[in-house]
Amino acid sequence: MKPFYFIGFVLVAYFAAAFFDSAAVFDSLEFSGNLLLKILPILLLVFGVMFIFNFFVTPEIITKNLAKSSGFRRWVIAIGGGIISTGPIYLWYPLLRELKKYGVSDGFVAAFLYSRAIKPFLFPVMIFYFGWAYAFTLTVVMILMSFGEGVIIERLNLKSVK
Amino acid sequence: MKSKKIFSAAQKSMRAILNSLPILLGVVLLVGLLNSLIPKSFYTTLFSQNLFLDSVVGSALGSVLVGNPITSYVLAGEMLQQGVSLVAVTAFLVAWVTVGVVQFPAEAILLGRRFAVWRNVLSFFFSILVALFTVAILSFF
Repeated sequence: MKPFYFIGFVLVAYFAAAFFDSAAVFDSLEFSGNLLLKILPILLLVFGVMFIFNFFVTPEIITKNLAKSSGFRRWVIAIGGGIISTGPIYLWYPLLRELKKYGVSDGFVAAFLYSRAIKPFLFPVMIFYFGWAYAFTLTVVMILMSFGEGVIIERLNLKSVK
Repeated sequence: MKSKKIFSAAQKSMRAILNSLPILLGVVLLVGLLNSLIPKSFYTTLFSQNLFLDSVVGSALGSVLVGNPITSYVLAGEMLQQGVSLVAVTAFLVAWVTVGVVQFPAEAILLGRRFAVWRNVLSFFFSILVALFTVAILSFF
C-alpha cells in the first residue's frame, strides 16, 4: 500500500463516519490534533536520534557491530533499546527501516519492537492496578518473549527490506 | 568536511522523517476515529469467563485498539474490577503494545510486508502465551 493510499483510505473512513455521526468525527479530529501535538516532540527526538545515528554511525560500523554479530550482546542492545524507547511504535519505523537497510537483521528489529511493550516509566501505574509481583513477573516474561520472537523471526530469514 | 557530514546526516534524517509523515498522519487520524467511535464500556461486555477464549478475545481486542499504553492500563484495571480474568486482561495489555492492526500498513510499507505479517501474527499468539505464563507463575506466589 502506497503512503498516500493509506491516508486516502483514512479520509474516506472519516467521510463515511461523518454521515452517521458528525459529532464523533469532530471529537476524532480534536483527539487526533491533541495526539499530533503530543507526538511532535517525540518525532523531534526521533529526528535527533536519527541525526546522531547518521552522523556517527556508518553503515560499515553497523554491519560490523550489529548485523554480523550474533552474540548475546546484540540481543541485549535490541531488547534494552526497545525498553528505553519512548513514543508510539510507528514513530520508530523510519529509524528501524534505516537500520534494516544497513543490514541489521529482522530478528533484532522484532526483538526491539516486542520489548517496547515494557514501559519502565509506567511501572507506578501498573503496580497501582496489579501489584508488584504482577509487574515484575510480566516484565521478566516479556523480556524472554522478546528474545523468543526475535529468534523466530531471525530463523524465518524474511529479507523483507532491500 | 565536518559541516558536510553534518548537512548530510541532517538531510538524510529529514528525508526519512518526511517520507513517513503521510503514514504517521494517517495513523494519528485513524487512532482518533477509533477512539471516538468505540465506547469504553463496550470492552467489558465481550468476555465469557472461559480462560482460553477470554485470552484470545483479550489479545484480539488489544490488537485492534491503539493508544497510549497508560490508557490500556486504566482500561485493564477497570476490566479486572468488573470480573474479567487476569489472563484475559494480561493478553489485552500485551497485545495492545505488541500487535498493531491499525499501524500495520505503516509497518508493512516501512519495514516490509512479510516482516509485518509475521511479527504481528507471532505477537498475537505470544500475547496469549505471555498471559498464561504470567498468571501461572503468579499462582505459585
